[in-house]
Amino acid sequence: MTGYFEDYITVAVFAAFGALLVAVSVGASALLRPKNPSATKSQTYECGIDPVGGGWSQTHVRYYIFALLFLIFDVEAVFIFPWAIQLEALGMFALVEMIVFIVILLAGLVYAVRKGVLEWES
Amino acid sequence: MSALFDNFWALLGLKAVVAILVILNVALVIIFAELKISAHMQSRVGPYFAGGRYGWAQPLADGLKFIQKEDLVPRDADRPVFKLAPMVVLAGTVATFVIIPFSPTLVVRDLDLGVFYALAAGSVATIGVLMAGWSSANKYSLMGGLRAAAQLIAYELPLVLAVVGVVIHAGTLSMSGIVEAQAEPFFHLGQTAIHLPYIFQGQIIGFAIFFIAMLAELNRTPFDMPIAESELVMGYLTEYSGIRFTMFFLGEYAGMFAMSAIASSLFLGGYYFPGLDSGTFGPIVLMAKVGLLVFVMIWIRWTFPRLREDQLQSFAWRWLVPLSLVNLAVTATFKVVF
Repeated sequence: MTGYFEDYITVAVFAAFGALLVAVSVGASALLRPKNPSATKSQTYECGIDPVGGGWSQTHVRYYIFALLFLIFDVEAVFIFPWAIQLEALGMFALVEMIVFIVILLAGLVYAVRKGVLEWES
Repeated sequence: MSALFDNFWALLGLKAVVAILVILNVALVIIFAELKISAHMQSRVGPYFAGGRYGWAQPLADGLKFIQKEDLVPRDADRPVFKLAPMVVLAGTVATFVIIPFSPTLVVRDLDLGVFYALAAGSVATIGVLMAGWSSANKYSLMGGLRAAAQLIAYELPLVLAVVGVVIHAGTLSMSGIVEAQAEPFFHLGQTAIHLPYIFQGQIIGFAIFFIAMLAELNRTPFDMPIAESELVMGYLTEYSGIRFTMFFLGEYAGMFAMSAIASSLFLGGYYFPGLDSGTFGPIVLMAKVGLLVFVMIWIRWTFPRLREDQLQSFAWRWLVPLSLVNLAVTATFKVVF
């Protein structure tokens, strides 16, 4: 087995152990805890009164435009990492290229701010 | 014994078990520190009776109590997702520990992707939080989950961009590589080599951005809107009880440990301290730095009031993202020109 696959297996095993920790704890707790279900107990909590309407009420996700902005900048972050490692080898050319790239993105952010994307009142 | 260490699977299993034990113990210590330091900051005594002196066994006693509590799942809840949510949170948090170097040799696996992987694995926990918020079928939980997602969207970028400054300096993504690069002498003063961690090599703004974004990522005060008790009861945790609640709680403190260790390795020199042998004292040095950062986090909790959700968004987008981009450009210019 090559080191390449060992990397992935290590990560997968650690994630699995994290989930396993929860499973084992819940299993151990099942041996110790009481179980007296009742209709009132399994009601959704709403400060003590009977819940009004369904649990999945319509919610205005106010930040969906932020999410779009985030997507753009996150892709940019993916580009920046390989550039950052190789910067010393590539030198001035890479630096100027990246600064042009960043300035374009910043201009986009300024435009979004000026358009009022970051305002919550509407 | 050596046959055991030569077998990849046996060694991996051993590493995972040891890592889980270390995470659990450090999380308990951090919980106790939080109880005690919070108490003293408010002129209280804090836990006092459990375990004899200073109430050191309080987190253990809490855990024992929680494990005996009835496990309630609301009738309307989306049961599979509800039960899966704590697993996703813990899986993401435990997976982060793969790359944290405790000494030059004491690291689970020094991945090439290093920091990049750490940031990716660290944000998996937010998916678990969003799952918990959605599956509870509770209005408070849903709001809490959505707020957690909003925080991730706003603060993931400053977090990632602040790291790029360090990557430019070190020229590698590997965590051990970054710590080793800080162990190199920064300059020579006559005969003496001066060693400086990246925070003193011009990355102090990067560290400040990283630390603020880290608080938001961990849902720590002043960014604890997802569980704001004054408006959302307990946010995404409202419907969780007993052992499942404990698992979220544990995940939160394990996350504090992981992020502090990453911040120490990136900006504060990790396991390296001038004059101390990294091989022997590495883990102690790293834990001391983690302890320092955890103390600052607790200190901040009792110093700053909670932000409003739109204030959080505009703070991230108007200040932190442009500032981290400028920091990145300045760092790169210095690296290339000098």
